[in-house]
Amino acid sequence: MTQIPDSGQRVKFYQTGTFTAGNRLLDAAQRSVQASVERANSLDSGHRACQGCGEALGARYVVDGALRATDNKLIAANATGCLEVFTTPYPESAWRLPWIHSLFGNAPAIGSGIAAALRAKGREDVRVIAQGGDGGTTDIGLGCLSGMFDRNDDVLYVCYNNQAYMNTGVQRSSQTPPAARTATTPVAGAEPGSPPGTGKSVPLIAMAHGIVYVATASVHDLHDLEYKVTRAMGFRGARYLEVFVPCPLGWGSKPADTIKLARLATQCGMFPLFEAEHGELTAATKIRQRVPVEDYLKLQRRFDHVFKPENAHQLDTLRGIAERNVRRFGLLAAEDAS
Amino acid sequence: MSKGSTPETRPFAVTLDVGGSLLNKTGSWRTERPVYVDRLPPCNQACPAGEDIQGWLYRAEEGDYRGAWESLMADNPLPAIMGRACYHTCEDACNRAQLDSAVNIHAVERFLGDLALRENWPAPTAATASGKRVLVIGAGPSGLSAAYHLARLGHSVQIREAGPLPGGMMRFGIPKYRLPRDVLDGEVQRIVDMGVELELNQRVDDIPAALAAGHFDACFVAIGAHIAKRVNIPGADAARIVDAVSFLRDMETGDEQLQLGRRVLVYGGGNTAMDVARTARRLGAEPVIVYRRTREQMPAHDFEIDEALEEGIVVNWLRTITASDEQGFKIEKMALDENGFPQPTGEYETIEGDSLVLALGQNVDQSILTNLPGVTLNDDNVVEVGPDMATAYAGVFAGGDMVPAERTVTVAVGHGKKAARNIDAYLRGETYTSPPKSELASFDSLNTWYYTDAEQTIQPVLDEVRRQTTFAEVYAGLDTGNALFEARRCLSCGNCFECDNCYGICPDNAITKLGPGKRFEFKYDYCKGCAMCVAECPCGAIVMVPEET
Repeated sequence: MTQIPDSGQRVKFYQTGTFTAGNRLLDAAQRSVQASVERANSLDSGHRACQGCGEALGARYVVDGALRATDNKLIAANATGCLEVFTTPYPESAWRLPWIHSLFGNAPAIGSGIAAALRAKGREDVRVIAQGGDGGTTDIGLGCLSGMFDRNDDVLYVCYNNQAYMNTGVQRSSQTPPAARTATTPVAGAEPGSPPGTGKSVPLIAMAHGIVYVATASVHDLHDLEYKVTRAMGFRGARYLEVFVPCPLGWGSKPADTIKLARLATQCGMFPLFEAEHGELTAATKIRQRVPVEDYLKLQRRFDHVFKPENAHQLDTLRGIAERNVRRFGLLAAEDAS
Repeated sequence: MSKGSTPETRPFAVTLDVGGSLLNKTGSWRTERPVYVDRLPPCNQACPAGEDIQGWLYRAEEGDYRGAWESLMADNPLPAIMGRACYHTCEDACNRAQLDSAVNIHAVERFLGDLALRENWPAPTAATASGKRVLVIGAGPSGLSAAYHLARLGHSVQIREAGPLPGGMMRFGIPKYRLPRDVLDGEVQRIVDMGVELELNQRVDDIPAALAAGHFDACFVAIGAHIAKRVNIPGADAARIVDAVSFLRDMETGDEQLQLGRRVLVYGGGNTAMDVARTARRLGAEPVIVYRRTREQMPAHDFEIDEALEEGIVVNWLRTITASDEQGFKIEKMALDENGFPQPTGEYETIEGDSLVLALGQNVDQSILTNLPGVTLNDDNVVEVGPDMATAYAGVFAGGDMVPAERTVTVAVGHGKKAARNIDAYLRGETYTSPPKSELASFDSLNTWYYTDAEQTIQPVLDEVRRQTTFAEVYAGLDTGNALFEARRCLSCGNCFECDNCYGICPDNAITKLGPGKRFEFKYDYCKGCAMCVAECPCGAIVMVPEET
């Protein structure tokens, strides 16, 4: 296996290194955007997301980071879905940047349109992001997204992946992992929950388009996420960022555990963090403290049934996914892999 | 509705006004609210001198060594000594030990203490003079600590020391290779420089008379325990037997020393036995420690035993000395019974030995109790005191090795501080009540994901040959670079260290960052009570409390 370099830099020998948002002992340049009192707070207080919403957190991280990277010259298109509903009960909005609501499936196309309009007006200093949930992106919007990639439109598309249609009542999406219970994949039959062998990886689909930059990020690793947003905004052309955002409502987890779940998902291998340029994998964030898949699953009621003896094969399926991710993306540091 | 539109004037199906989400006070969803707390770090809890260890490390982490030292000095006037002589129970309690290895607290303390001596930093200024006079008897760690704290509280203090030099067991019990004398002298001098009178060679036999004659309002007695326990060994030549206290004292005063000879037996298994053996080794002798029980049962600290063994000292466990003759000492082997007590086996052997040092423990000199009605020694031969360190005689307080407690420098310093606070209250006609203790910052309350792996800094150790032949200090200190690193290994258990995590990870922007040194504040108008800040606080400084209904 070729060695995939670790992404991001770590400060050694400080109390908390760069794992916390900031730290009074770190140089300002090494602190995250979120640690600064000058952060944009693009998604402001008073929004109507549930307690402990991972998507609200991920969206603020991404948009604040993109605003800093573009000197606040940024327009956002936003697919219908939780992120639109909880931020913007028209005509009230929690967004503090120019923001356009699209249909469920056409946020990439709206983004393309905004970019085209800016080009026509000679305002290429103003940058564009389009964003949506996994349902709007990977199911309903995939055609528009693929077109945006194909035309190489100057848009960063951000998918907040919480693994189901949460806004409408937790229906299965193409990102729902096997065995997870949703309203449309109930716990019944020999394969309770979402069936094995279904679903898709949109980051890999994006890579197959050969676009300039594709990355995955998670709300538990703020520095890694902000680094990827900044890097993405450093390119012109079509880019794709997928952010892992746990959903306490849809997953049946405690609101306080949102970041913990994101951490566990990456540390067990279920959600690999990587970067790719022009279709080529360029870096993976190594697992720092490897944990069994069970540690991640057992905090979520949507996976309760996989711990029953008769569903042991489902646990094996999920372990297999994690194992393959670890191998495929080179998630272990060199000394751990041996 | 503040913008003034009415249902009639709004477009179809629109119920809100144009505006930002700040109009929507999501704090009303909450059933529990997060609050910032300061918990008691385990190091602080374990410190017999009551140091705010996490507090002074916090200052040191920023490179503010003066501030760190001043914070240390609020509780302990002898940091350079303590950084060497203390058995650092704080490090046994340190939560970091469960992560990689404990913070090398004593090394940072020593670094700060040495820096203060080098830079000649004065003791913190005292309160306004109270006009009260306090007599302190004994210039050991407890007496010096009490004098320092009393002086800081504005009282006029005189110390009377029976010996020729100040320091008590720090000078006459702890060998130079563990505590160089310039360090001891420097820290004592700083207390004298505060205006504390130090009278040497002044033995006090009658406390009430001394108080009356000197117009003292209160007294703190800390004469220690320096009467060596003896054991009768038939046939032994008294000239070849000495007790540990006299031996170590003579080393210090330069008085006529026992001719130890080549082979020195040290009888006992405590820290004093180790000190004697290691001192004898440095004088060129071949010490053999004889102890009745097993290594596990030795009262000496493990690292002291290790260090003694490293220096080539032989230890004979499960042995008692029963007799002596020209050839040497007759030794009986012991065996542990089912209760773990050593019992004689009837098997004997003879060990060659030129001299014997008894390190079997020490008792309190009873003569101090003359004319103190009601004050007596208890069954353990120590003076009973109340939780306020007061004896049964009004105005006379006692601490250190002469009262029931573990006999260490750190405990003694703690007694001095506690006694000073209670004496201060007594002089005002009040009662001292210590502030309530916060909940312990246990390992479970931390989120250790956020801490970087960083192994403990190891202090350089003198090479073994020099350890066996000279009294040079065994452990070297930290320098500015590694002291900072070591301080920054502190997890700051239970106390906010401004990592910005709560501020960064709140999904509702419901936290205000108040700026350096001012920590953070919750915006309860918007906090939904998800408790993510509690879960992701590295040091456990946030808790959820129920909202009032």
